[in-house]
Amino acid sequence: MSKKLLTWTKGTVPFVHLMAVVLACVLALTGCHGSRGIDAFELPEEWDSSKTYEITFWAKNDTNKTQTAIYEKAIADFQALYPNVKVNMRLYTDYGKIYNDVITNIATNTTPNVCITYPDHIATYMTGTNVVVPLDELFASEKYGFGGSELAYDGPTKDEIIPQFLSECILGDEYYAIPFMRSTEICYVNKTYVEALGFELPEVLTWDFVYEVAEAATAKNADGTYTVNGQQVMIPFIDKSTDNMMIQMLKQRGAGYSTDDGQIEIFNDDTKDILYQVADHAKTGAFSTFKISGYPANFLNAGQCIFAIDSSAGATWMGSEAPLVDISPDKLVQFETAVRMVPQTDPSNPKMISQGPSICVFNKDDSQEVLASWLFAQYLLTNDVQIAYAQTEGYAPVTSKAQQSDEYQDYLSRAGEDNAEHYAVKIEATKVLMENAGNTFVTPVFNGSTSLRDAAGQMIENVAKSVRRKEVVDDAYMTKLFDDVMALYHLDQLGSLNATEGGKDLGPLPTASKTLIGVLAVAWVGIAAVAINDELKKRKNA
Amino acid sequence: MKKRTAFLAVLTFVLAFVLVACGGGSSSGGSAPKGGAADTEKGEGVMTYAEYAAAAVDDAVTIEAYVQGKQSWWDNKATIYAQDADGGYFIYNATCSEEDYAKLVDGQKIKVTGYKAEWSGEIEVVEGVIEFEDGNYLAAAVDVTDKLGTDELINFQNQKVAFKGMTIEASKDASGADVAYIYNWDGSGTDGDDLYFNVTDGKATYQFTVESYLTGAGTDVYEAVKALNVGDTVDLEGFLYWYEGANPHITSVTVK
Repeated sequence: MSKKLLTWTKGTVPFVHLMAVVLACVLALTGCHGSRGIDAFELPEEWDSSKTYEITFWAKNDTNKTQTAIYEKAIADFQALYPNVKVNMRLYTDYGKIYNDVITNIATNTTPNVCITYPDHIATYMTGTNVVVPLDELFASEKYGFGGSELAYDGPTKDEIIPQFLSECILGDEYYAIPFMRSTEICYVNKTYVEALGFELPEVLTWDFVYEVAEAATAKNADGTYTVNGQQVMIPFIDKSTDNMMIQMLKQRGAGYSTDDGQIEIFNDDTKDILYQVADHAKTGAFSTFKISGYPANFLNAGQCIFAIDSSAGATWMGSEAPLVDISPDKLVQFETAVRMVPQTDPSNPKMISQGPSICVFNKDDSQEVLASWLFAQYLLTNDVQIAYAQTEGYAPVTSKAQQSDEYQDYLSRAGEDNAEHYAVKIEATKVLMENAGNTFVTPVFNGSTSLRDAAGQMIENVAKSVRRKEVVDDAYMTKLFDDVMALYHLDQLGSLNATEGGKDLGPLPTASKTLIGVLAVAWVGIAAVAINDELKKRKNA
Repeated sequence: MKKRTAFLAVLTFVLAFVLVACGGGSSSGGSAPKGGAADTEKGEGVMTYAEYAAAAVDDAVTIEAYVQGKQSWWDNKATIYAQDADGGYFIYNATCSEEDYAKLVDGQKIKVTGYKAEWSGEIEVVEGVIEFEDGNYLAAAVDVTDKLGTDELINFQNQKVAFKGMTIEASKDASGADVAYIYNWDGSGTDGDDLYFNVTDGKATYQFTVESYLTGAGTDVYEAVKALNVGDTVDLEGFLYWYEGANPHITSVTVK
């Protein structure tokens, strides 16, 4: 840069002031749409134990007081090891609420320090600059990384984290989370009713079998009660998570959902075929959903449902002897509960979704505060926390260190000893996941993948509701449904949005941006005109 | 000249900033509805409460009622309690702008077109579209104390109801200790979550709820329940929500 350009003349000062105001306005404007961001995290050389740090942990529990107690104990134990760190916990029972609150707080730089979340959500958090801390450097730190020499606890090494679960936390080229617990979808079956209807329950369910039994269960007596249970209510097949239902069915068929870089593929013939099946069985009352009818567990336990699909993390609510029950005791019906993986298209090549909470660390101005956050996040992977939390539901610990420990193996071996800690349905659900870790999959994560997931479930919900309302579900309906869902979830914009990150076409500018650019252009022209006019006057006077 | 030009340019930018940043934020006011009795005549094409009650689940329904309580608004969806002279309605996730939600004051008459649904025993209007109508009515709470534990109670579902002379019984918190209330149904929550507390009419024990979306932390009822002691005698009012049985959402508590 030349010295000349650094020299201000008297006449240029107002112009520079003006530019400063312009810049301030632009920054303020862009600030409304996303945080400018703080500097990228840099790993400190040493942990500063001389200062005190207060960090916030947003945790999710399944409305389960044992889980709350485990979090509280983990915090107390961690604080005993790191007396200069205070952890404040805020509890949620809904991932969606955490997601909404994080999004709201990104704009004001008031995100939590550590947060239980899903990788899909992290992809959206990352649209802010340096909001989420990339963890590769922290993983590898000799002192503070996995198995680090300066850790005050016996945490897992990187190799001791189940590789498949850890790989689910890669976004782009880096790790942005660590797995906390893993679960999958499970089909909880009233085996007593299946056999009463004349069927033999196979080890691996198929969709055809489930629908066939469900249709048989819709038969009624002359008095209007259902033959199989003698009650006024019977919804043979209820799926708690219709987004997972659609995602798993597409995966099992080898059909499109999305590409890794966010191109939407879900609007295809397989999806239509799945939706026509849903329509057929919702119409007869053989199939319904959580959103339409209620919790599958309540219907299952009341003898009003035969196939209840829900997370393995909901296993303690399932079955006649379930330790957690949400219906009055007089409504409970005795039956044998069988635990199966979700129905399959090809039983010889099963596929099921891997889900469950992960942990991310948010960036802050003080790198020591971030390090404190990381130390706490990593502490949640110690055996004490992993084994205790996994036992609260049908969760699998995410480390081989915990899974292979004597304590955890003893727990698994005692399935059915009691209907509390060793509730058989819960442990069997966990085993389904652990024995099928190689058959699990996750969907691609990108900015907007949450919307695509919502759309996948919404199509099933819409079709089920439509046929219940006696609407015609045909090709015209499907075409409109695809268009409506694409528009509702802005899926037509996702492809270009994610392609943009690869340097491709941005698409048309938003109106607000066009307006701003227009005003800027007009202002610049005005300023130039005034400057030229002044210069001409100056020369004329000279 | 330079100063004037610079000033105008700055003004232009500031105006542009305000225009772009705050576009679409205009609001329109509305006078508060006046009190009165509920209309007994329904508009054309509108169901009476009896017709609504007789309609099958999944049927299209159109009702007229008066807002009695607002539970939540999120993503242009509003959940409210409403009532006419004959019965109560739970309007779940009706399409509603934030601006209109602000205008849904207690007593405001509305027409809702949607579908009848049943979720875990709760009868509701889903996918509703709300229209504002002229009229105002605030229902008095119906004393249903003697209906507790009977099959008659469900006839008051979603209405504003009262329970008189109830006694607070102990609940078990997460540590197993006896307390007057707990956060979440099993004590797993923290301040700001739903409050659950047990009451008895001398014959049986019932678990009531302070729904945090309807009346959250800082509201009179939320703080009043936190101040309860086991053994207190209380009069309660609330909406008769249903979840696998009666699950009243309490909106006021008076210690006697």
